[in-house]
Amino acid sequence: MKPVGVVRFLGTNCDQDVFDAVAAVGLKPKWLWYQDQFDRRDLAAVILPGGFSYGDYLRSGALAARAPVMKSILDAANHGTPVLGICNGFQILCEAHLLPGVLLKNDSLRFRDGWVKLRRVGEASAFCNVKESVHLPIAHGDGRYYVEEDQVKQLFDDGRVWWRYEQNPNGSLDSIAGVLNDKKNIAGLMPHPERAMFSYMGGTDGRDFFTSLAL
Amino acid sequence: MKVGVKILPKNEVLDSQGRAVENTLQHHGHKLSGCRMGRYVVLDLNETEKSRALARATEICEFVLYNPLSETYELEVLP
Repeated sequence: MKPVGVVRFLGTNCDQDVFDAVAAVGLKPKWLWYQDQFDRRDLAAVILPGGFSYGDYLRSGALAARAPVMKSILDAANHGTPVLGICNGFQILCEAHLLPGVLLKNDSLRFRDGWVKLRRVGEASAFCNVKESVHLPIAHGDGRYYVEEDQVKQLFDDGRVWWRYEQNPNGSLDSIAGVLNDKKNIAGLMPHPERAMFSYMGGTDGRDFFTSLAL
Repeated sequence: MKVGVKILPKNEVLDSQGRAVENTLQHHGHKLSGCRMGRYVVLDLNETEKSRALARATEICEFVLYNPLSETYELEVLP
C-alpha cells in the first residue's frame, strides 16, 4: 500500500489531525515537508491540511503555493494523483492555479467556526465516494469562494462544483464549499473532514473523505 | 531604485474590509460614497534604470503579489 502524503508548511496546524485521520481509516500517512520534493510514484494521494501557512501573509495560501514542495505536487497532480486541499490547503491549491477561483475574506469579516450542513453536487470523481449530505465543522476567516461570474455556470456545467453549503456561512458565490479541477483528481474543500472522524468529535461524516483516497 | 506597488480589490469584488471601515466612518458622521482597502508594497530593486525597475516589478506582481481574479495593481517609481 502506497502512503498518502500529508504536507506541512510553516503555520499548518491541522497536520496531525489529518495524519491521524488517514491512519484511522487504515491508510498509511507520510509527512511531506514544504521545502522538500518527492517522487509522485511513491504516493497514493496527497493532502494539504488546513492552518495558516506563512501566517496568511500577502493572501492566504499565496506564499505556500510557491513553496518547493508544490513543484512535486504539480507533477503528481498532472499525472492523475488525487490531491485534496482542506481549508488553507484549498486556498493554496487555488493560489497555485490547480483549482479555479480564490477564497476571500468572509463577508461578515468574522472568523467563522461551527458545524455546517453540506450537499454534494459533483458526481464523477473518486472524491465523490461520499454520501450526498454531510455535517462537518468549518473554521476559517477567508472562506468566501469567488470566481468571475461567467465562470460559475461553467463550473456547474462541468460538474466541478463539489460541495455547497446548505446555509452560506461566509458569502461564497452560490454557496460553494468545494470544487474540483477539470480532470477531477484535484479537490478543494473549506470544511474540515478530519474533525469529524469519531462520534466523540460530534460526527463521523468526515471518514469517507479519507477512505475515498484509497481508490 | 524603489518601486511602490498599490494593490486594490477589483470594483466588482465585495471588499468586506473597506465596507466595514466605511460603515464606521459613516457612523461617525463622515459623508463618503465609498471606501476600498488594499495593500501597499515597496520593492527595493537593484536597478538604476526606471524601465528596468518597472519591468522587474511587473514580473514580481505577476508572480505572486496580486491575484488577477480579485485584485488590480498600479506601480510607481519612488524617490
